[in-house]
Amino acid sequence: MSDKPDLDAQTLAMKRFILWVPLVIAAIFFGFFTYALFFGNSSPQQRAIESQLIGQPMPEFALEPSLPGRPGLSSADLATGEPRLVNFFASWCVPCIAEAPQLMQLREAGVAIDAIAVRDRPEDVFAFLQRWGDPYERIGADTQSEAQLALGSSGVPETFVVDGNGVIVRQHIGDIRPEHVPELLAALEDAR
Amino acid sequence: MTRWLAAMILATILVGPVHAQSRMAGAEWANQQLPDPTQEAEAKELMESLRCLVCQGQSIADSDADMASDMRALVRRRITEGEDPEDIRAWLVERYGRWITYDPPMDAVTWPLWLLPILLVGFGVWLARGRFRTRKRDG
Repeated sequence: MSDKPDLDAQTLAMKRFILWVPLVIAAIFFGFFTYALFFGNSSPQQRAIESQLIGQPMPEFALEPSLPGRPGLSSADLATGEPRLVNFFASWCVPCIAEAPQLMQLREAGVAIDAIAVRDRPEDVFAFLQRWGDPYERIGADTQSEAQLALGSSGVPETFVVDGNGVIVRQHIGDIRPEHVPELLAALEDAR
Repeated sequence: MTRWLAAMILATILVGPVHAQSRMAGAEWANQQLPDPTQEAEAKELMESLRCLVCQGQSIADSDADMASDMRALVRRRITEGEDPEDIRAWLVERYGRWITYDPPMDAVTWPLWLLPILLVGFGVWLARGRFRTRKRDG
């Protein structure tokens, strides 16, 4: 009978311990929330959705010309034996203005650039290119974002690097800033 | 003071949305129901479980973004062509990853979502049982 109080003390200690468990679980949960809110770089507001098609052949699409007298763009046009860029842009997109000088710089470096104009009217595309420069060979009109959805792209501007066989090797999300130009040139060189 | 207040209220009302949007009208079927109610019901169910890429956190059925309207058009058009809703979902997941669907499939990464609640309820039952037993013995 002498060990009875000891057993009770033991169960009491166990009970006390168990009472803390929910608090610990809650603390872990809120720790995660706090981390995601303040330090997470994948919080919903900042998250860029990457295309899952990197390393895969360009999906089938065929777009009408965005401007009269200029060629449109289809996926078959991209397997030319040489790597190229496919730039999603729109006249209504402000960051597209910011990347225009960098696209011109790439064009001057000898890079072939094709474009997909998202939800855009010919007159607006024409005015945009008149004002900010025209680095493009072909411009396809993606009036219902069909090509954009087919490529797994989630906004404008976005730029895809395509190798000579028409395989997507890289996706650049957002505007091309001056510091991104060497990266893109290197990616194009690697795709050769 | 009142003038300031009025100016502030006016400024709040007049502030426009920051998102740039296209001037093009919505695609066919973007904001229009399908004539066949069965097909429309299928489309609606799918659209409510697909995430908008622009207004992340809204479904494409709820979002006013241009891209969401183009996605609604895609869903409705493909359903009229007789495509199975789950095939349309799979087509999008292939492009955007599981992130795009609000109805994630159970696999190696997502199994805790299903299993954890069962384990936690089990733990709760075990905890409650212990407490009830003690009370009975005390009474």
